[in-house]
Amino acid sequence: MLSYLSPNTQWVLLSTLILGIAAGMIGCLAYWKRQSLMSDALSHAALPGVVIAFALTGVKSLPVLVLGAAISSLLGALLIQGIRSSSRIKEDTAMGIILSVFFGFGIMMLTIVSRSAGGSQSGLDGFIFGQAASMVRQDVYTMLIMAALVILVVFAGFKEWKLFLFDPDFAKGMGLSGKWMNSLYLSVLVLVIVIGIQAVGVILMAALLIIPSVSARYWSSSFRSMVICSGVFGGAAGMTGSLLSSIGNGWPTGPFVVLASSAIFLVSLIFGAEKGLLVQALQLRRQKKRHHSNSWQHKTVHVKEAE
Amino acid sequence: MMSVIEVKDVSASYRKNQVLHNVNFEVQPGTLTAIIGPNGAGKSTLLKVLLELHPKLSGSVSFLGSNLKRMKKRIGYVPQRGSVDWDFPTHALDVVTMGLYGHIGWFRRPNRKHVERAMACLKQMGMEDYAYRQISQLSGGQQQRVFLARALVQDADLYFMDEPLAGVDAATEKAIMHTLKELKEQGKTVMVVHHDLQTVEDYFDHVLLLNRSVWAHGPTKEVFTQDNVYRTYGGTLRWMKEA
Repeated sequence: MLSYLSPNTQWVLLSTLILGIAAGMIGCLAYWKRQSLMSDALSHAALPGVVIAFALTGVKSLPVLVLGAAISSLLGALLIQGIRSSSRIKEDTAMGIILSVFFGFGIMMLTIVSRSAGGSQSGLDGFIFGQAASMVRQDVYTMLIMAALVILVVFAGFKEWKLFLFDPDFAKGMGLSGKWMNSLYLSVLVLVIVIGIQAVGVILMAALLIIPSVSARYWSSSFRSMVICSGVFGGAAGMTGSLLSSIGNGWPTGPFVVLASSAIFLVSLIFGAEKGLLVQALQLRRQKKRHHSNSWQHKTVHVKEAE
Repeated sequence: MMSVIEVKDVSASYRKNQVLHNVNFEVQPGTLTAIIGPNGAGKSTLLKVLLELHPKLSGSVSFLGSNLKRMKKRIGYVPQRGSVDWDFPTHALDVVTMGLYGHIGWFRRPNRKHVERAMACLKQMGMEDYAYRQISQLSGGQQQRVFLARALVQDADLYFMDEPLAGVDAATEKAIMHTLKELKEQGKTVMVVHHDLQTVEDYFDHVLLLNRSVWAHGPTKEVFTQDNVYRTYGGTLRWMKEA
């Protein structure tokens, strides 16, 4: 089936596959840091950076836009930290503030830039819902390299990530710097977000980080299997989403990616081997049966004890 | 004899409240010390400050005349059981193996020998049958034993434990105290945040009475008096065993 697709579409599929794998894996880190919403805030915060980078350089080259996105995303992260540590505002509220302010500012800038000369052809609005089909070969290379880097970072420090996420105090006691790990975590999170926003869009990028990891939780009994599972789910969702969106002309990629990953989630929720609804129902039924068949034995024991 | 821990004028605050005020004490090697005091006395904070998990406002801490950085590999830490998410997808043996990560070296994978050492420590805590059980399926007492096994595998000279006996059943309490006494007999130094006043005399040879600062510190027989305990708890203590 893939051979019917144009070479460009094949490249796009490959890049959304790798992006999905990287996002799914990083999503696991965010899941255990209890910061799933953080990825949403940071991807929204990337928008003004993209627009400003375009306005300043006037070229729509992915490395430049990615750099702009990374800067504004990191700025958002710093502001969230700053608000949380210097005021009574809690982290979720701080994320809500930064998310909406940055996104609102980004949309405003986008409107201004699109009205100016040349801006209307920029296709920058593709960054909102994602336009995987608009990627050129060069963009795909950029994405592949960065996604591969992210995947490498996760695998190289696998046991360090596990220790850091499970018990950060103990990790610190053993000499694993919490500051260092936090910065590294934030860097790979931002990296995945910024390479993903062209394909999936700033609004829905978080779905590729959050949903695969939650789905993977239903299938995994070890951190390793959860990360691998989540990567597979993310990759499948990314590729399916961009494949479906390539059917229509100008269909956005993001919504299809979200639908694909939601479908995976639904299947996991019901059929998942670890705490899936079906497995739990079956276990409960089996236990009830055993209880009923055992209960007469208990009664005899009680009678004997009474004697 | 040189002290294992020397704490001088340490103060620390927690969310704008100063919880530790000019804390001073020295701990001799081979002792088993209970840190006791009312809720909010700064017991956990003290441990965290000693391990630099929480910043101190002033003062100094030294371990065998050296600083924490040099001593890290010789110090073991058992955090409060509630400080981690037990839903994390892993099994008991894997958690114990985490205690060896410092020895294994960063970015290397544990080998068979490491896993065997971890298994031996699980066995020491009577948990070998649960080695491959998901940690979410362990009872509170079992989780605490896993944490202790993880500390044992570190093979440290100095241990800090934050309420290892909180909410555990009698069997686990016995197993843990047996282990602590063994550590002491091996010449290791153990400091334990403890909250059950009735067992202090049976379990610990030294006591540190803490309520924001040190109210008394020394051998249990000399220091753990009704008077001292009453002063430390500041009258909040209603019950006291009648002599």
